[in-house]
Amino acid sequence: MSERIAPTRTTAFEARLKKRYAAERRFKALGLTSILFSVAVLVFLLGTMTLNGIGGFQRVELEVPIDFTQAGIAADPSTMQQPGATQALEAQGLRDVVQFFAEEHLGDEAASQFGSQAWRDVADAIAADPSILRGEANFWLPASAGLASGYQGEGSSEMQALAAQLSEKGLIAKNFDPGFLSRSDATDPQQVGIWGALKGSMLTMIVTLLLAFPIGVLAALYLEEYAPKNRWTDLIELSINNLAAVPSIIFGLLGLAVFLTMFPNLRSAPVIGGMTLALMTMPVIVIAGRNAIKAVPPSIRDGALAIGASPVQVVFHHVLPLALPGILTGTIIGMARALGETAPLLMIGMRAFVATPPDGFASPATVLPMQIFLWSDEIDRGFVERTSAAIIVLLLFLLVMNGLAIYLRNKFEKTW
Amino acid sequence: MTVVHDNLEKTQAKMSAKSVSVFYGDKKAIDEVSIDIPTEYVTAFIGPSGCGKSTFLRTLNRMNDTIPSARVEGEIDLDGQDIYRSGMDVVQLRARVGMVFQKPNPFPKSIYDNIAYGPKIHGLAEGKDELDAIVEKSLKRAGLWEEVKDRLQDSGTALSGGQQQRLCIARAIAVDPEVILMDEPCSALDPIATAKIEELIAELNGRYAIVIVTHSMQQAARVSQRTAFFHLGKMVEYGRTSDIFTNPHEQRTQDYITGRYG
Amino acid sequence: MSPAILLLLALGLGLAGWLAARARAWAFRRASPDGRLPSLPNYHAWYVALWIVLPVLAFVALWSAIAPGLVSQSVLASPAAADLPAFGFQRQTMLNEARAVATGAAPAVFNPEAAGLVEPYREALSHYNLIGIVVTLLIAFLGGVWAFLRLRPDFAARTKVERIVMAILLGASLVAILTTIGILASLVFETIRFFGMVSPVDFLFGTHWGPDPMASPENPDSSRYGAVPLFWGTLFIGAIIAMIVAIPLGLMSAIYLTQYANPALRRWIKPALEILAGVPTVVYGYFAALTIAPAIRDVALSLGATNPSSESALAAGLVMGVMIIPFVSSMADDSIAAVPQAMRDGSLAMGATTSETIRRVLVPAALPGIVAGIMLAVSRAIGETMIVVMAASTAANLSGNPLEAMTTVTVQIVAMLTGEGSFDHPATLSAFALGFVLFMVTLGLNFIALSVVKRYREAYE
Repeated sequence: MSERIAPTRTTAFEARLKKRYAAERRFKALGLTSILFSVAVLVFLLGTMTLNGIGGFQRVELEVPIDFTQAGIAADPSTMQQPGATQALEAQGLRDVVQFFAEEHLGDEAASQFGSQAWRDVADAIAADPSILRGEANFWLPASAGLASGYQGEGSSEMQALAAQLSEKGLIAKNFDPGFLSRSDATDPQQVGIWGALKGSMLTMIVTLLLAFPIGVLAALYLEEYAPKNRWTDLIELSINNLAAVPSIIFGLLGLAVFLTMFPNLRSAPVIGGMTLALMTMPVIVIAGRNAIKAVPPSIRDGALAIGASPVQVVFHHVLPLALPGILTGTIIGMARALGETAPLLMIGMRAFVATPPDGFASPATVLPMQIFLWSDEIDRGFVERTSAAIIVLLLFLLVMNGLAIYLRNKFEKTW
Repeated sequence: MTVVHDNLEKTQAKMSAKSVSVFYGDKKAIDEVSIDIPTEYVTAFIGPSGCGKSTFLRTLNRMNDTIPSARVEGEIDLDGQDIYRSGMDVVQLRARVGMVFQKPNPFPKSIYDNIAYGPKIHGLAEGKDELDAIVEKSLKRAGLWEEVKDRLQDSGTALSGGQQQRLCIARAIAVDPEVILMDEPCSALDPIATAKIEELIAELNGRYAIVIVTHSMQQAARVSQRTAFFHLGKMVEYGRTSDIFTNPHEQRTQDYITGRYG
Repeated sequence: MSPAILLLLALGLGLAGWLAARARAWAFRRASPDGRLPSLPNYHAWYVALWIVLPVLAFVALWSAIAPGLVSQSVLASPAAADLPAFGFQRQTMLNEARAVATGAAPAVFNPEAAGLVEPYREALSHYNLIGIVVTLLIAFLGGVWAFLRLRPDFAARTKVERIVMAILLGASLVAILTTIGILASLVFETIRFFGMVSPVDFLFGTHWGPDPMASPENPDSSRYGAVPLFWGTLFIGAIIAMIVAIPLGLMSAIYLTQYANPALRRWIKPALEILAGVPTVVYGYFAALTIAPAIRDVALSLGATNPSSESALAAGLVMGVMIIPFVSSMADDSIAAVPQAMRDGSLAMGATTSETIRRVLVPAALPGIVAGIMLAVSRAIGETMIVVMAASTAANLSGNPLEAMTTVTVQIVAMLTGEGSFDHPATLSAFALGFVLFMVTLGLNFIALSVVKRYREAYE
């Protein structure tokens, strides 16, 4: 072959080839390392949260056997079903009864280390089953935050000593705390729960979904099926694409400046939070919706038009049903993002301390990620575990939502 | 089964396939093809679309390795050594057996960098001067030098379709391969560009073993000296181009050439 | 709750209109000689229903915006309100309490002075509720009757309904523009107010940041509003540290996934990356503050750094980088996948190895898309709030040392707006000015990135 003779068959070439393959292997290893790094971070993150969070689903409790036959508390089963039951029991001195038996069983020092709301657990138990008043019952009641951290080997030395002493007699233990899922925020980490925040999240998400889904789908239909090619349409598209990438905190500023000025009474209310998040979620739904609509082949539109369907009928009878799985997938992903969002809600004041679950769309509320943020600021060690537990609950919700989206995508993914 | 004309000169085969079958998953795309490819001539593969001629071409430099479900049985020798043997180096093989694709696929780089790519990755040039010389020589051989010598830094994708295809041929030539495989190189080009590529093939003939897949019988007749006719994954007939076109032994070849199907 | 009741009322009336119109259209149909109408009865029904529901919805939206104002106005006009403190927090608290009791949200007032307001509130509420319901009924009735009277056998109900549907579709897509305008208007308006108190030059080029929300809002000290340290902190954490982590890792992940990984691995890794992308930022923030920041501080101490911060820029930046990895990876994935297979084949057919093909052909060819993706990633990182709020500091610091505490634009927006400062204070308003800068920068980045992506896609189509 002319000047150079088979340059790719020389030994020099083969020597170079070895180096090239070494480079190839290094490059491939680098790629694998990158992926493994991401997976490792994910595993580490989930692992840390789980390890911390397991403790968050538990609380430190003290054993108190109460002999109600000596207590002289009467409870009419019918009044126990009503909201005032706890107050009625308090009026009969239930607090003192609990305190008395606690001192008897645990000693004075330990009895002073009950959470201030501990007797309410007894009241709830009585309300649930008044018949226990006829006999003796054993209760595990929440210890104070100080004793709880003493039991974990932290906090003051007196508390650690007391906890060790009680623990020897088997009077103190860390038990599973189902109430974590049914209570609301409190100042004592032993007493907190996430139901209030969870309910706030649900109410907010309902508002978001009701606003963002119809608007998003209709806008997607308009842009993909009917919009004329002109400047207005370009402007709408530009707005949507940009809104999808605008930092979430900016939506919070909008909510603060517009919604809260219009409805100053609704500060911290799910309806305002939901409206703010809806503006943020809507572009996500529009973009997903447009892609799903675009994937419906034109032949289906042509077929329907050819039998005399109007453009509106074509879209609502044929295109929309076919595009719906894709739109739903995008909606779920957008909603999952909204569910985890904190920053814009911080702006519109959904960081209230809410000790009772919100009872409607207009009452002050907080949401789960905000609860996590608020607890993360607390100094008490008990809140670290509670925060991680709340994170686990939030991640489970998100996992279910994302899993559903992936499932929908795989099930309905069609290649036309 | 396959008719191989017996009046072929006994030449040293550059590549020779022995009972090659190709599967895509369970589907057999090529069935027991055996053929010798000489250095001295241009060999054309013709046949109706879907007959497997392109698939077979891709087995010759193992480009079908990039398709995960593809599997090859049989033996293909390059200078007497099986290219599917375990020790065979694919990189070296492809440097020796170049390929030009159906659609011109210049890299989105300058004309110069397109040509210099191969010599650079294979380390064939020492210094800029030598690289310049390879680029110039390859472009000259591809008949593109006069048209692009003043704009070597322009993007390769800015050229016309025919120029792009000649750029791709120049790119293949730049590593001095021994065989050039061309997969319907003119199907995306207009007649004038096609004529230029055909001229180029005639000029390169003899320097490299050239295999061209084409769906145009006229083109096969114009550029090749040997023709193999493929049908339904089988090679039906192989011989001198003049014989195949004027005096085919097989009825199916006859039917295809006279336009009964295609 | 009254808007909800009005809504239900609207829907109920709409249903009634729907049924009535459908019945009438069927009557037309039976009466017509060939048993056909130009439009199906359902379209007549929808025509009337839309004429009832849409005006009512518009009214309810308007009413729920103005009614609370009307109610408090009439309460304030009542004699009981004369005793209220003239201004401020107490007055508002009492009004809120009285309102809560009047609406039944709370059992009793806490402040005895508020008790006198309960009754006027209750009266005003029922008064305006009644007005709301009456007007709703009136509007529904008028709309329904007007539409119903227009029904004729030859009435083109379908065309009319479709025209309304189109108008609704257009309206839905205009929400996006309204949102953009709303963002711009609210930011610009408050920013102009801020610049009325603090000079834009001091704000944009000053190097000392330390607004005092307690200082008198008159004649604020302009030299305390220099935002350069915030811009620097934002860039250092979001655009430098985070990108040093995210770009190589994200790019290499995408390359490995698209070019090397077998399908089984890809099936597992892709959802894992999606999970990483779906983790809320508050969780990353907590992770950074709880785990990474102390670890970095300890490592820095053991390496002999003097006084490293536990709120270092490095901790926030690293975690932010991890958060961005899936984003960069998916953008790079899309860009590389958009490079035609022919490029890859062309390079492999020359005898290039896979990595040579990737580095010399695929990545350069995908570069515009990758760069655009990185710009979007930067825009996301600098607008990210929770990670920096939880892991970075609030102390402004103009430094190049990643172990020092730094603050960002978003941290300061949160700090200024969640503090106790009043809404007219320059410290509070500065949050909007910062928001405006952030919005413009991200808008610019997004705009360039999106147009690059668009052009790039077109080039390969």
